[in-house]
Amino acid sequence: MKGKVIKYHQTNINTDLIIPARYLVNIEPDFLASHCMEDLDPDFITKVNENNYSILVADSNFGCGSSREQAPIALKASGIKYIIAPSFARIFFRNSINIGLQIIELSNIDDIKTGDVLEIDLKSGEINNTTSLHHYIVKKQPAFLQEIISDGGLVNYAKKRLI
Amino acid sequence: MGLTITEKILREHCQNKSATAGDFIMANVDKCLANDITAPIAIEVFEEVISGTNVEIFDPRRIILIPDHFTPNKDIASAVQCKILREFAKKHKIINYFEVGRGGIEHCLIPEQGLVTPGEVFIGADSHTCTYGALGAFSTGVGSTDLGVAMASGKCWLKIPESIKFIYSGKLGEWVSGKDLILYTIGKIGVDGASYKAMELSGDVLSRLSMANRFTICNMVIEAGAKNGIIIPDKITSSYLESSGFSFGKSYISDNDAEYVDIIEINCNEIEPQVALPHSPANVKTITEVNDMNIEIDQVVIGTCTNGRIEDLRITANILKNKKINPDLRCIVIPGTQETYLKAIKEGLIEILVKAGAVVSTPTCGPCLGGHMGILGEDEKALSTTNRNFKGRMGHISSEIYLASPAIAAFSAIKGYITSPQLN
Repeated sequence: MKGKVIKYHQTNINTDLIIPARYLVNIEPDFLASHCMEDLDPDFITKVNENNYSILVADSNFGCGSSREQAPIALKASGIKYIIAPSFARIFFRNSINIGLQIIELSNIDDIKTGDVLEIDLKSGEINNTTSLHHYIVKKQPAFLQEIISDGGLVNYAKKRLI
Repeated sequence: MGLTITEKILREHCQNKSATAGDFIMANVDKCLANDITAPIAIEVFEEVISGTNVEIFDPRRIILIPDHFTPNKDIASAVQCKILREFAKKHKIINYFEVGRGGIEHCLIPEQGLVTPGEVFIGADSHTCTYGALGAFSTGVGSTDLGVAMASGKCWLKIPESIKFIYSGKLGEWVSGKDLILYTIGKIGVDGASYKAMELSGDVLSRLSMANRFTICNMVIEAGAKNGIIIPDKITSSYLESSGFSFGKSYISDNDAEYVDIIEINCNEIEPQVALPHSPANVKTITEVNDMNIEIDQVVIGTCTNGRIEDLRITANILKNKKINPDLRCIVIPGTQETYLKAIKEGLIEILVKAGAVVSTPTCGPCLGGHMGILGEDEKALSTTNRNFKGRMGHISSEIYLASPAIAAFSAIKGYITSPQLN
């Protein structure tokens, strides 16, 4: 998969920033997307739409704070298909796995810039930065989580295997 | 090799009887919780999971639904969300649905109602579900999809966490409380210092702390990134449960040879009251340092799930008795539950608060997450007993939130700037 990066080189981007509480009154993904990252960058959704960004790159402990699933929902609905960060806060991590938003842990994000085009192959665990020519190897998710991911998220997993 | 209390509880709740830290399990869940913000998505997920099947809620007695964030409803949209909750509870005969005026803030209400006991696996679609680890349960925040799936299946996927042991020893100073201990701890290890881990809290200081203080401490472990916080049940735990007439559940202890990824010893003798400065719960300074910064405040919030228990209100009223709130600021007091509110009325605390010039609100999360009941305007500063002070959380993006204990908050409400009784 090939995609263009939008990067926020900031640690601890919390879920209040990703989707402020004043918007937790409507669960429609498109509504949430329209206010995604508003308090961090009011132009986020415009930038994503105009440039077709599909990969969000951020620094460690991304998604910390509130458990609001509206946060990964907003990001996914805004057009982001992958989030790359050195680490993710635990509830955001599990919410993303559950809803089928691909998250990738990569310790060094310094070389990646907004506008870079990345080729991501999660089967082989390789990321190719076609713009800077850097190459990254990423750890694959554990087999347990691979099952949820390959089922397309927890709802499908549950329908198939839990009930 | 020995096991921690967290490992034992989770092993007991899954099929893999040799599961330990690092293992993924499909846990059997004792209780599921959601609120008016998180339940609408959870309900949608539940309907999707069961559609085309005869599956029903795995056990309606184990579902807890509490509208507390945007209630009493702050606008039409939040009224619509609460209606979804209400109708779902009615349809599925969920007895543990607490209507506005009949309950309170979830993390104060649930222990009060005896809805969590030692040894249980408790999941909640709210990050501060970790609060109930104070009773020796494995209690953790999850997402709405987790909750919806759990309602249908009674199961939740979890990775058994490694544990960090915290040993609090020594003696607490006069104005030092559980809130100060957890702020000190988060300041020490950082907002991802316990990421994905269990924070096992122990030590002789801990063993003397009241349940109210223990709930406050466990409430905030998520602010260090922890999966759960847990205190091994002791006499204080059993006495709390007995006096309320609740079952003691199943009590586990950590083995002497249990493995910890780290052991952190904290000498409490020198710990002062702590304040978390904007915009992180880990940006912690001592009250002496903050006093010298002369931070004038526009609003004080006392209460909510972190510090809204009767003990917190007593401390507040004790300080505000026959005093006046500083004329340049607003003080908003939020008891955690209706029962607490009633107790406070009977003890004469509410009269003290109103006479001092404080607002006394019905139980609601309200201002904590920037919902209602005290939103901050441009450049305003609030001192709050809540648990999170991220940028813009309580209102305008330029506003600032400082976190502290009820004692510091109440005293500062009189003075108009952040200070302590000991420095005046």
